[in-house]
Amino acid sequence: MATVASDRLFGKSIKRREDPRFITGRGQYVDDVKIPGMTYAAFVRSPHAHARIRKIDTAAAMRHPGVVAIFTGKDMTGVNSLPCGWDLRKEKNVPGVVQDLAMVPHMPLTSDAARHVGDPVAVVIADSHEAAIDGAEKVQVDWEPLPAVTVTERAAASGAPKLHDGAPGNVAFKWEIGDRAATDAAFKTAGAVTVKKRIVNQRLVANAMEPRACLARFDDATGELTLWVTSQNPHVHRLLMCAFVLGIPEHKVRVIAPDVGGGFGSKIFLYNEEVVCSWVSRRLKRPVRWTASRSEAYLTDAHGRDHVTDAEIALGRDGKILGLRVKTTANLGAYLSTFAPAVPTFLYGTLLNGVYAIPAIHCEVTGVFSNTTAVDAYRGAGRPEACYVVERIVEAGARAAGMDVADLRKKNFIPKFSGAFQTQVAVVYDSGDYGAAWDRMLQMLDYRKFRAEQEAARKQGRLLGIGFSAYIEACSIAPSKLVGALGAGAGLYESGKVRVHPTGMVTVYTGSHSHGQGHETTFAQIVADKLGIPIEQVEIVHGDTGSIPFGMGTYGSRSASVGGTAILMSLNKVIEKGKRIAAHLLEASPKDIDFSGGQFQVKGVPGKAVPFGAVSLTAYIPHNFPEGVEPGLEETSFYDPSNFCFPFGAHACVVEVDRDTGNVKILRYLAVDDVGNVINPMIVDGMVHGGIAQGVGQALCEGAVYDGQSGQLVTGTMMDYALPKADMLPMYETDRTVTPTPVNPMGVKGAGETGTIAATPAVVNAVVDALAPLGVDHIEEMPMTAQRVWKIIQGAKGAR
Amino acid sequence: MYPAAFDYHAPSSVKEALELLGKHKDDAKLLAGGHSLIPMMKLRLAQPKHLIDLRKVPGLSGIKQDGNMLAIGAMTTHWEVESSALVKSKLAVLSETAALIGDPAVRNRGTVGGSIAHADPAADYPAAMIALGAEMVCEGAKGRRTVKVDDWFKGLMTTAVGEDEILVEVRVPVLPASSGAAYLKFPHPASRFAVVGVAAAVTLDGKGMCSKASVGVTGAGTKAIRAKGVEAGCAGKKLDAAAIEAAASKAAEGVDVQADLQGSVEYKSHLCRVFAKRALTEAVKRAGG
Repeated sequence: MATVASDRLFGKSIKRREDPRFITGRGQYVDDVKIPGMTYAAFVRSPHAHARIRKIDTAAAMRHPGVVAIFTGKDMTGVNSLPCGWDLRKEKNVPGVVQDLAMVPHMPLTSDAARHVGDPVAVVIADSHEAAIDGAEKVQVDWEPLPAVTVTERAAASGAPKLHDGAPGNVAFKWEIGDRAATDAAFKTAGAVTVKKRIVNQRLVANAMEPRACLARFDDATGELTLWVTSQNPHVHRLLMCAFVLGIPEHKVRVIAPDVGGGFGSKIFLYNEEVVCSWVSRRLKRPVRWTASRSEAYLTDAHGRDHVTDAEIALGRDGKILGLRVKTTANLGAYLSTFAPAVPTFLYGTLLNGVYAIPAIHCEVTGVFSNTTAVDAYRGAGRPEACYVVERIVEAGARAAGMDVADLRKKNFIPKFSGAFQTQVAVVYDSGDYGAAWDRMLQMLDYRKFRAEQEAARKQGRLLGIGFSAYIEACSIAPSKLVGALGAGAGLYESGKVRVHPTGMVTVYTGSHSHGQGHETTFAQIVADKLGIPIEQVEIVHGDTGSIPFGMGTYGSRSASVGGTAILMSLNKVIEKGKRIAAHLLEASPKDIDFSGGQFQVKGVPGKAVPFGAVSLTAYIPHNFPEGVEPGLEETSFYDPSNFCFPFGAHACVVEVDRDTGNVKILRYLAVDDVGNVINPMIVDGMVHGGIAQGVGQALCEGAVYDGQSGQLVTGTMMDYALPKADMLPMYETDRTVTPTPVNPMGVKGAGETGTIAATPAVVNAVVDALAPLGVDHIEEMPMTAQRVWKIIQGAKGAR
Repeated sequence: MYPAAFDYHAPSSVKEALELLGKHKDDAKLLAGGHSLIPMMKLRLAQPKHLIDLRKVPGLSGIKQDGNMLAIGAMTTHWEVESSALVKSKLAVLSETAALIGDPAVRNRGTVGGSIAHADPAADYPAAMIALGAEMVCEGAKGRRTVKVDDWFKGLMTTAVGEDEILVEVRVPVLPASSGAAYLKFPHPASRFAVVGVAAAVTLDGKGMCSKASVGVTGAGTKAIRAKGVEAGCAGKKLDAAAIEAAASKAAEGVDVQADLQGSVEYKSHLCRVFAKRALTEAVKRAGG
């Protein structure tokens, strides 16, 4: 199937065509859009983690020069709750539901109570950004502070402050997957080594480079609303806002997500501010803009992760994994974000099989509400959490069994296969050769040599360690029918429209959205190859519901595999139609026409050919045209994948721990990834590099910390929340194996999230290994700040 | 976030700046680079009504040698200190200290005087200034006065500069012969301020014994302090590993260590000792010991 691999641009590291625009400051981001008569919104936000709203006094703020209007939740009559797009309910036959999802309301401006610091309660509209902010400071809210709970494990404990009437005990849902009885039996196997560990996957802030922003313009003359918004999926934004929240006609709303500076998932969701600005613009009949400050981004962009897990593994005497038991509490924050319930369930439990032949798995998840920012998909979304649990507990199991962590993995890999491997957790893997990526990584590492060096270093008192991660992830999200059965409120196909202009120039309209991924390059590579035209003749358009067909957007490493395939299908249709036109011009039968190198040619007759441009011109000037063929050359396709794709790989990290300070230094980082066929290796390398940095960030320094008493976000600025920096990272040693997926014709799997998923457990495992001579066999919590590691060293029984 | 509204003044002389300061008093803030003040204003933690920018005041910037002192204008940027051939040749430790501040953008805007007058408890310069025995020159309506570094840092972001004065120059003595100095820090993973930073300067006598040790500690407490216990532990000793270890064990004494996300009192106290040991070891090595 994967015939395109030998084509001209597919597989070439051509430079990103969008970069000159970005690196010379000529990108057009939402905040760059200026409209005459524009007003500015500033939100009045709760300073409390939990407080009842007694009264809101806007009089003084209204008198502030430049303030145009102020609205509270009570003014927004007829506006509905922000929707949650994933419904875990038994009556919907969603598998695994133990307790139905509590669909608690999430009003664009809350009017009864604030449930986290930053919860918006009013909006001030003014003629300038400064006046709006000053006005917002003058809005007087009479708060009645209430007890708050932010800690994941305490949220559903008895006596915890209740957030929502509709969620007793703060439980959002209970869900399970796998075979409980078989797993229980596996753990009772005679002679089994069993290990149970508490594993915490801390809360993260997405920190996209561009803060969220929106600009809503209602045109009273036409009744049309245009919303520019930082979105990874403009059609999803439009649908949710029109159909569920504001009840306004979808065909009168245009959503534009122009250049968007990063998302990492946080720009998938429909947010309060976008809805409020759209509503206000209709109300005032003036454009309304809002751009988040970085402080607002920390408080209101959906956070990621925040799981507390008890994981248990059972190993046979031969080192074979017998069973895995996982019990997770997932903190969803104060409200249900758009796809929040899917992340700790179907994007998490279904990946717990890892790359191993595990005969029995059972996983239970409880979602809880707390007085914190809502949690939703963040780069990897559920899959990093699953990989983290599996890769940490596998190493813990190996230690307990006295086996080498590398040998134990190798013993348990699923053997090479293509087509289908049925896991114990519902999903069916598409293709894999886990041992090959692993062996390549060990070879690059020179594992035995490293262990010898480590032994020597330990004799000198140095704390040198190595950690591994053999990861798998689910990309190419996702078959619509399947996700529908699992509770999704949306289909997850993608659209791709190819418009050939008379001169042979091509504009492609994709439902995928690029906010860093490089689609203007990779998609153009596919098009130029397929049509045999120079890449300069290809333009990629995305992000505007006014021009692109209904599309689902970009997340879950789906653009190349789902969006790219939709484009490829349209290209095939263009070529098929082109063959009919060419056959007519060449006086041959369409089935005798070959298309290659930009030429339609009669098979076996090199002299009888017409170029692509001649066919496109004929399509639009159809004077000499085949009977029964419509003029024009434009095709649209919607591709709905038949399965997920499952990239995998093997990562290793070598660290040295400073015994005096606890500081962790990464000495080497190796990554062998298998993402199927690769369209642009340079872009994939960039994704892997950035992903590893993010994964390292979680392992070593990142973490959203709430004060347990006040519920304030302590790490609410870049002075406090530590993002990974270049000097923390070594030169990566990377390579790839290639196992094409049979799911799509290009054999591409997805590469956007692999590094993030793989890196975190590799780094933490390395630190555990470094501290092993001191008697350390596990580290529960991240990030592994110097202080945390130092305390572990102090508490270790083998510490000097 | 936008700061609250303020008036901006750009005086062209110290005299004019002092007049503005005298006129607006508590409502005014001096702007000397702005890498601490502007972020505080953006978060609206500081809302001065008047900003008096010293950028256009001539004569406040530059580094020159004055006898056995380096005279550094208050508006000299960290980058100028870091890259100055004079500083590198006469007092390399100061150049190294500047190089550890923030990042290149910060170092090209932030100034020596701004940092020392702001007296952030986690700033880098204060430890070095204490170890090197610097003097601060303040100018007021009645003229100039010099304040020794030991009298300078009064408490959290408070210094000896008068409300009606401007810090105009920092004077740092060049080290005598057979001396070595080093500043080492444990950086905050996000801000790169010093969680703990220790500067040590040692002078050895003809027999290789420590004739003088001067040690400043920053980061851990509410202000940078002189580690007198460490200095006493060094004086008159042959500073071998054991002597350094023993002296460094006093590094947290007198520091009012503040616990935060980056460290408990116990951990930060420990870091004071670790970095005192490392800074002393390096200083002794540089002194030829």
